Amino acid sequence: MSPRTTLRTLLTAVLALLIALPAAAELRLRITPGANPPPMPIAITDFVGDPAGAQISQVIAADLERSGLFRIVDKGAFIEKITDPNRAPRFADWRQIGADALVVGSANMTADGRLQVAFRLWDVAAGTQAAGLSYFTQPQHWRRVAHIIADQIFKTITGEEGFFDTRVVYVAESGPGNARVKRLAIMDQDGANNRFLTDGRSLVLTPRFSPTLQEIVYMSYQGGSPRVYIMNVDSARQELLGNFPGMTFAPRFSPDGNRVVMSLERDGNSDIYVMDVRSRSINRLTNHPAIDTSPSFSPEGDKIVFNSDRGGSQQIYVMSAGGGEPTRVSFGTGRYTTPVWSPRGDYIAFTKQDGGSFSIGVMRPDGSGERVLATSYLDEGPTWAPNGRYLMFFRQAPNARGQAGAVRLFMVDITGQNLRPVPTAGDASDPAWSPLIPQ
Amino acid sequence: MRLKMLGAVGVILLAAACTNPDRPDTAATGRAAPGSVAEFQQVVGDRVFFDLDSSQLRPDARETLTKQATWLKQYTNYAVTVEGHADERGTREYNLALGARRAQTISSYLAAQGLPATRMKTISYGKERPEVVGSDEGAWSRNRRGVTTLQ
Repeated sequence: MSPRTTLRTLLTAVLALLIALPAAAELRLRITPGANPPPMPIAITDFVGDPAGAQISQVIAADLERSGLFRIVDKGAFIEKITDPNRAPRFADWRQIGADALVVGSANMTADGRLQVAFRLWDVAAGTQAAGLSYFTQPQHWRRVAHIIADQIFKTITGEEGFFDTRVVYVAESGPGNARVKRLAIMDQDGANNRFLTDGRSLVLTPRFSPTLQEIVYMSYQGGSPRVYIMNVDSARQELLGNFPGMTFAPRFSPDGNRVVMSLERDGNSDIYVMDVRSRSINRLTNHPAIDTSPSFSPEGDKIVFNSDRGGSQQIYVMSAGGGEPTRVSFGTGRYTTPVWSPRGDYIAFTKQDGGSFSIGVMRPDGSGERVLATSYLDEGPTWAPNGRYLMFFRQAPNARGQAGAVRLFMVDITGQNLRPVPTAGDASDPAWSPLIPQ
Repeated sequence: MRLKMLGAVGVILLAAACTNPDRPDTAATGRAAPGSVAEFQQVVGDRVFFDLDSSQLRPDARETLTKQATWLKQYTNYAVTVEGHADERGTREYNLALGARRAQTISSYLAAQGLPATRMKTISYGKERPEVVGSDEGAWSRNRRGVTTLQ
């Protein structure tokens, strides 16, 4: 590759590899060394000024590293010490230590008590500035600014939206396996700023974010009846979503946030319904003696993918958002469940059960191009990052005594090559990724 | 824990309704008093088990449920909640549906045996409340169950 290749074209090339899935799948099968695109070496200097600057740099570095597309150049190797981030760096010094990209910045308190954070992204090979922005915020929100900058860097270099300025709602678990205490919790995507939304007195399951961000839908056993609730995550105020004689479960928002699709159980049979959140009017979408559950809208809102055992085993089906005859799309070996349509529309993520293990995988919406991304004793419940290129799910491994062990959140990219744990204070399951937080 | 608490309530109800105040206490003798929750759990059998990913009643399950119906028709002071459970080898949402299907199969069977539907409720716990914590078929087969609880 020419040393004059610009940052943008370099990482566009890297991401093109990431996106070229049929090719990637072939390479994976051959286990050819070097099939993975090499992560781009990026130097991230401590932001000058306020002490928060160094912490901001750390958060940016951790975000970019977690994406699997970047390698953070060791600070100990730096030759030039950046003192004025508004002056062009000595590019030769950064080329010499192998950095393709360089991030410099500053953090300063303003006279009115706000934190001003500015950064520049330099293309070391080309010797040009690739991005540069300045943000003002309340000082306590310094982590958010760091995530926003990481998203800017990610987007500048890859051409893809980032996923760092996002939150995850999940179920925090504690207690013995036969009497689990489950609480709704919310945290930043990197595990920071964790807080609980429920007190653990009622069993809660399967939270899902609204595309409008402030609301989640989930299932709770409060009052002794398992039903779907809606909650504002900022106020923690919750409301029952429709009062039906049977169980309601498996809720998920429509892409516009105005409707919730879910399963409603009546006399033991589960079918799929869609509810208008404001009017609470409800429409039945399936009417079949089989189990129909885990529905998920396509990003255009015109289709719904769901899980049914109508063919004798659990498989994935797609139907019109208005109902009607569904089409089976999963045809591999094993049982397919929890389909979730990517926000980009190009893939459906799923949980697959085969041969005593559970896997997370993706397939195209017509069922072709199936690829397994992660497998263990129990991998379940994928949720998409808003850019449709990363998935989070939960994993439970049996412990040394052969009993159910710790339950933890994991993240993986759609190549399956960047699997890593997501830090939580304790056991965690049922993650749901938020969209990018509106700025 | 829950069952034990319900059992204690049942014993108190029985004591209140009992014509013979000297009837031996359940816990003291280890023998369940007629009409007690303990008798229902220990002598009649409060639970039935299912095959993998199935809500079909096995012959042994039908036998237990027939005894349950007979007992419940004799002791009409109890309301019934049928709990449906699944093992951990399924996804959470599917298992909620499967638990509901199992609970309904049981309540339908009890209704067919003459137990009024008005006395029965169903609830699914999916894989959320295993009886046996373990990751082998021995544990899973104990967890694929329907439990008839008395109130």
